[in-house]
Amino acid sequence: MDFSVIDWDDILQATLDTLTMTGVSLVFTILLGLPLGVLLFLTGKKQLLQQGALYALLSFVVNMLRSIPFIILLIVLIPLTLFLVGTSLGVAGTIPPLVIGTTPFFARLVENVLREVDKGIIEACQAMGAKTYQIILHALLPEALPGLLAATTVTTIALVSYSAMSGVIGGGGLGDLALRFGYQRFQTEVMIVTVAILVILVQLFQWLGDVLVARFTRK
Amino acid sequence: MIEIAQLEKHYQVQGRQISALRNINLDIAQGEVFGIIGRSGAGKSTLLRALNLLERPTSGKVVFEGEDITQFNTQQLQELRQRIGMVFQHFNLLSAKTVAQNIEFPLKLTGKYTAQQRAARVAELLDLVGLQEHAAKYPAQLSGGQKQRVGIARALANYPHLLLCDEATSALDPETTQAILRLLLDINQKLGLTIVLITHEMQVIRSICDRVAVIDGGEIVETGNVVEVFLHPRHAVTQSLVAENQALDLSLLQELSQRGQGSSLSYLLRLTYVGSATHEPILSRIASQTKAEITILQGVIARIKNTPYGQLIVELLGEENEIDAVLKLLGQADIRVDVLNHLLTNSPAHSQTQAQEN
Repeated sequence: MDFSVIDWDDILQATLDTLTMTGVSLVFTILLGLPLGVLLFLTGKKQLLQQGALYALLSFVVNMLRSIPFIILLIVLIPLTLFLVGTSLGVAGTIPPLVIGTTPFFARLVENVLREVDKGIIEACQAMGAKTYQIILHALLPEALPGLLAATTVTTIALVSYSAMSGVIGGGGLGDLALRFGYQRFQTEVMIVTVAILVILVQLFQWLGDVLVARFTRK
Repeated sequence: MIEIAQLEKHYQVQGRQISALRNINLDIAQGEVFGIIGRSGAGKSTLLRALNLLERPTSGKVVFEGEDITQFNTQQLQELRQRIGMVFQHFNLLSAKTVAQNIEFPLKLTGKYTAQQRAARVAELLDLVGLQEHAAKYPAQLSGGQKQRVGIARALANYPHLLLCDEATSALDPETTQAILRLLLDINQKLGLTIVLITHEMQVIRSICDRVAVIDGGEIVETGNVVEVFLHPRHAVTQSLVAENQALDLSLLQELSQRGQGSSLSYLLRLTYVGSATHEPILSRIASQTKAEITILQGVIARIKNTPYGQLIVELLGEENEIDAVLKLLGQADIRVDVLNHLLTNSPAHSQTQAQEN
């Protein structure tokens, strides 16, 4: 092993790229996935705004997006990515596919978390004369906060792993570096360092998530 | 205050029609504590939820303060529900909010009060339910009884005209149950608040209700003043609910009974007396006037809400004319007499025949 061959500037850049892709995508995933998850929950069977047809449609779209392998999504979405961010390459070009790939996943997690909220609490809110939006904003979401934070943690880690495939469209990041240098150029040292950084990142995110969940758990 | 007329609730379950409520007619007066008792699945929960339309009835009317609320639109319903407090068996508090925030929540929902007004009202309510020191705690840090106090304070926040209690004490131990019932009675008397509660425990009805309706299979089978229904239950379901509360130990009575000695007759009697009669030494007065022997086998002297009552199981031994005299005296003394001989005579003979068959 000769770690002196490693270009640490490359590693730093790749780490920053991974963090950028993960961070920006996470923000958009939450912005889109949270409302979608709430809608899935509300329109579900025996829920506040039960809407069988709408639920079936949403559920179908979510399942469909989740069943497409991310690497294919990257390629299929190239025209949309071009339209949205002006390029289908690099870090910016990776973000739209990442968001579209993880939003349905996150939405489904949100739906499941909300289903775990005690139905008695919703009934109590209705008995107090709360409007539906008040129930969602002031009761459902705060009650589900620990679960939502846990779902966000899982999603963040999924984003880190998905972003590794962005190399296919010249995206960069740690996964790309590991693939190009570590695998294709047989620089095992690069492979080891990038994977180690990925392991540390994932452990860090999980730890942070756990801390936040514990901080907001009142049960 | 509330008038329920021909209320029906039916569900369709796998093509079959299931009736949760059938032909319910009830009048509930301003300021009374009205109890609805029934076994689980009897429909009491559905009936209670018809009073604030959490359950939409299939047909019939629910008139609250002169308005048929079954005709209300969503917005009217939301306003109505702010005038009706509700307390739940499992408290249903928001676990992410503190005690004070839970009580403040219904005030916030109305959008009618400033932060200062809300804080003042919360302090008032904390005082009413005795939780001043727990304002900043989260529900998970409270005992069951304390949680229910928060639930009650929350239900009272918007100055409701009616309080609905859904098995409010069923998740609590007997001691806490009594404390919560006292609190409810206190609120009823202090604020003149009408309370409708559902329960499966006769004890709850006995402690705080003025009137009671017994529900079974989705129908009201008996209704009346608690004293009347409790001491002289007519319907079989009522009788069994009352019996659970003050069980007649038949085998013990059998053992204690002196029947069949010599030529004298034996009567097993249940004597029930209510109100001022409870304080009078009627039995000893009668005993001094007769040669018949009176033995007390079992007895209870207690209260139904504010009415004292007594119920004694006695055995009367004597000649026929003596017994007649005693029965006459009891009748004059405003004591209700039930002859229970039939409860004992059959059972031993029955078990003997069975033994022979085997």
